[in-house]
Amino acid sequence: MRAISRRSLLKLTGALGATVAAPLSVAERSAPQAVATSAADAPHRYSFFTPQEAAFIQAAVARLIPRDGEWGGAIEAGVPNYIDLQLAGAWGAGERLYRSGPWRPGTPGQGYQLPFTPAELFKKALAAIRTEPSGQAFEHALPAQQDAFLKGLEQEMRDLGGVPSNVFFDHLWQLTQEGFFSDPVYGGNRDMLSWRMIGFPGAYASYYDLVDQHGIKLDRPPMSLGEDASQHIHHDPDIPAVLVAPRIVKGDSR
Amino acid sequence: MTTRLAPVDAVTIGVGLTGAMVGHELTQAGLKVVGLERGSARFTVPDFQAPGIHDELRFSIRKAMMQDNVREAVTFRNTSDQVALPIRRWESFLPGTGLGGSFVHWNGQSFRFQVADFIYRTHLIQRYGKKFLEACGPELSVQDWGVTYDELEPYYDKFEYLLGVSGTAGNIKGKILSGGNPFEAPRSRDYPNPAMKETYFGALFRRGVDKLGYHPYPQPSANLSRPYTNPLGMKLEQCVFCGFCERYACEHFAKASPQTTILPVLLKSPNYELRTNCQVLRINLDNTGTRATGVTYVDDAGREFEQPASMVYITAFPINNVRMLLLSGIGKPYDPRTGQGVVGRNYSYQTTGGPTVFLDESINVNAFMSSGAPGTMIDDFSGDNFDHSKLGFVGGQYVGSIMTGARPIEFHPTPPGTPAWGSEWKRAVARHYNHTILLQQHGTSTSSRLNYLDLDPIYKDAWGLPLLRMTFDFPDNDIRMSQYIADKVVEIGHAMGGKVVARGGTRRPYAVTHYQSTHNAGGAVMGDDPSTSVVNRYLQCWDVPNVFSMGASAFPQNGTYNYSMTIGALTYWALDAIKKHYLKSPGPMVHT
Repeated sequence: MRAISRRSLLKLTGALGATVAAPLSVAERSAPQAVATSAADAPHRYSFFTPQEAAFIQAAVARLIPRDGEWGGAIEAGVPNYIDLQLAGAWGAGERLYRSGPWRPGTPGQGYQLPFTPAELFKKALAAIRTEPSGQAFEHALPAQQDAFLKGLEQEMRDLGGVPSNVFFDHLWQLTQEGFFSDPVYGGNRDMLSWRMIGFPGAYASYYDLVDQHGIKLDRPPMSLGEDASQHIHHDPDIPAVLVAPRIVKGDSR
Repeated sequence: MTTRLAPVDAVTIGVGLTGAMVGHELTQAGLKVVGLERGSARFTVPDFQAPGIHDELRFSIRKAMMQDNVREAVTFRNTSDQVALPIRRWESFLPGTGLGGSFVHWNGQSFRFQVADFIYRTHLIQRYGKKFLEACGPELSVQDWGVTYDELEPYYDKFEYLLGVSGTAGNIKGKILSGGNPFEAPRSRDYPNPAMKETYFGALFRRGVDKLGYHPYPQPSANLSRPYTNPLGMKLEQCVFCGFCERYACEHFAKASPQTTILPVLLKSPNYELRTNCQVLRINLDNTGTRATGVTYVDDAGREFEQPASMVYITAFPINNVRMLLLSGIGKPYDPRTGQGVVGRNYSYQTTGGPTVFLDESINVNAFMSSGAPGTMIDDFSGDNFDHSKLGFVGGQYVGSIMTGARPIEFHPTPPGTPAWGSEWKRAVARHYNHTILLQQHGTSTSSRLNYLDLDPIYKDAWGLPLLRMTFDFPDNDIRMSQYIADKVVEIGHAMGGKVVARGGTRRPYAVTHYQSTHNAGGAVMGDDPSTSVVNRYLQCWDVPNVFSMGASAFPQNGTYNYSMTIGALTYWALDAIKKHYLKSPGPMVHT
């Protein structure tokens, strides 16, 4: 079976997309037309967050990984969409989390010891934040004020409905990084924005012919899991390992 | 209601590496063997295929191949005066589950231990004296293994040829060979396959350590450098450096695993039966408590079975071997207050953590082109390869440039002082991602009277049985060792071109919140003395001689290296003795 094409993949992830159609970054302006179209098409719909919760999440992740002149940030990568899907699904419900009590506070080295699933933890903390004066107006505050509020969550360990604020912040930051860097099939990292930013080529099957070309600059578009399952490696050394030869820009002559 | 099944000659609790080896060797000897595996059956095709296998979120972050914490966790505390709490999500170590066990998601880093490792106590006292060892820490409980390197050498060799390990020999029968590791224990012949291609991060490390006068060598790898047919007729392929090895299964038949080296042959044997999704609850003993009658297990539909067997092999992940002994009442549990008892005693781990080396932007490291064992290494600081007499500690670490990929959720380093998030963080991630090398320090974990495993008094698994409780912190000796080597590795980082080198090294207290190593060892250790060991030199339980506990639970303390080859060698060694002696005359193979 021929795998999902790049265009249909982006349409698929776009269909689950975030509520904000942000202005395009420089990098996105230079991206293929299909990308820009799918981002603009994204409907404003969440599975897990209420509109009020979503407003906080969007504003928070936009400060955690902001857009700059060169690259889009968490919003442009669809991170709120990723977080929403994770919390709505099995991971949010406590998949792979030992959930029997009794629950006691432990040492930092003993790890997470709260009775909440990730979904419960977000609901509790977000509700508590809305009862705080600066939390109520978070999405309307100035960027510097938003940063100060987030730093407070990160450092203060204040109580958010039974969730220490630093634990909530750690979860939010972990999910934000996952949504920024994970494969686009999970609804974040739209158009593989972060992979293009850092130069990670994604899920290519083989580098056998390149690994000893020390220091080459690999200049080819990254590939998602959903993109092309037919680029499977051949074991016979006489058969090329990849269908499309990479463009090699520069070697290391030292 | 329990269904009693027809008796068999042997049953294995777990079908990972050691379970598959036991199955193959005993069925070849004509015995009927049943393999009970708690996880699912899975094979290279179709289960490990691209593109799904290259999913960092699913496998590295959500840990899809690991023991399900919902059903079975481990409780943990640093010291016996604390309350142990469940490890609710795995981070520090990752026990695998499913057919093939942890030997599916392993990296393939394939070292032998050194000569001194097996006679550790004797060696240290001989070289430095008893007083020196005591001064390193009165709580240290290092001991000899009861088996020597020379005895194990033929079995290391056999295991390397089973896997098709790729490497450059440094010492064949005492002759030091250029290109290999001059500190290597003598081997009887070369590796079955030549070393892997050297990566760029390996080459940069080589330049650095050459300047400092150390002895670089290519890391021995069970990701293969060329197509290979093993002695069982299994065909393995050449590793293509896809960069998804650690925590992943190999789609290419290029990583040695039970699936690629043993299982297809074993599963054809009329003497073997594999049963997956079967959770063993306990080993059953007769009314004398000195003979096992078989095991009781529950299948995935909740039905309970009794499987009678003449021999029981515990072939689970090392700490789960210890738990099975404790749940079955085999051997006397260790009591840290009195020092009496053996089961759970001498649990050890591994000291890890190297520096991060930030390079110039012109250097494209390309660490996403990688395998599970892509390192260039030095052994100048391994084990007892350097003089400890003025250092005040025992043990050591190998040092290497071993990046098993550069998957971006886990790997996006920023130099010290960078804000943890925001614009500046983002800029630093973009700047450093492909211009940074993580170095490894990886080494000994000295056993201590204070570190042990027992059954938790509070927390239970999904079947209502007590979880294993781990009481562990690094002895001060190991911290001193790790910090001494950390300084040396910072020098290497600068010598290889690091503009900024963020220092590594282990610190106390041990925490289960970040990944360190899945080389959990000890707890059912081997030896010559039943008062300080659970199994004899053939991995046979002293107290119940038709029960054998295989694998790294038998290590009296952990050596410098990743331990899989030593597990394989010990298993072959034990099975050879069982076939030669035990099968002819069942009973204790060592008399005290």
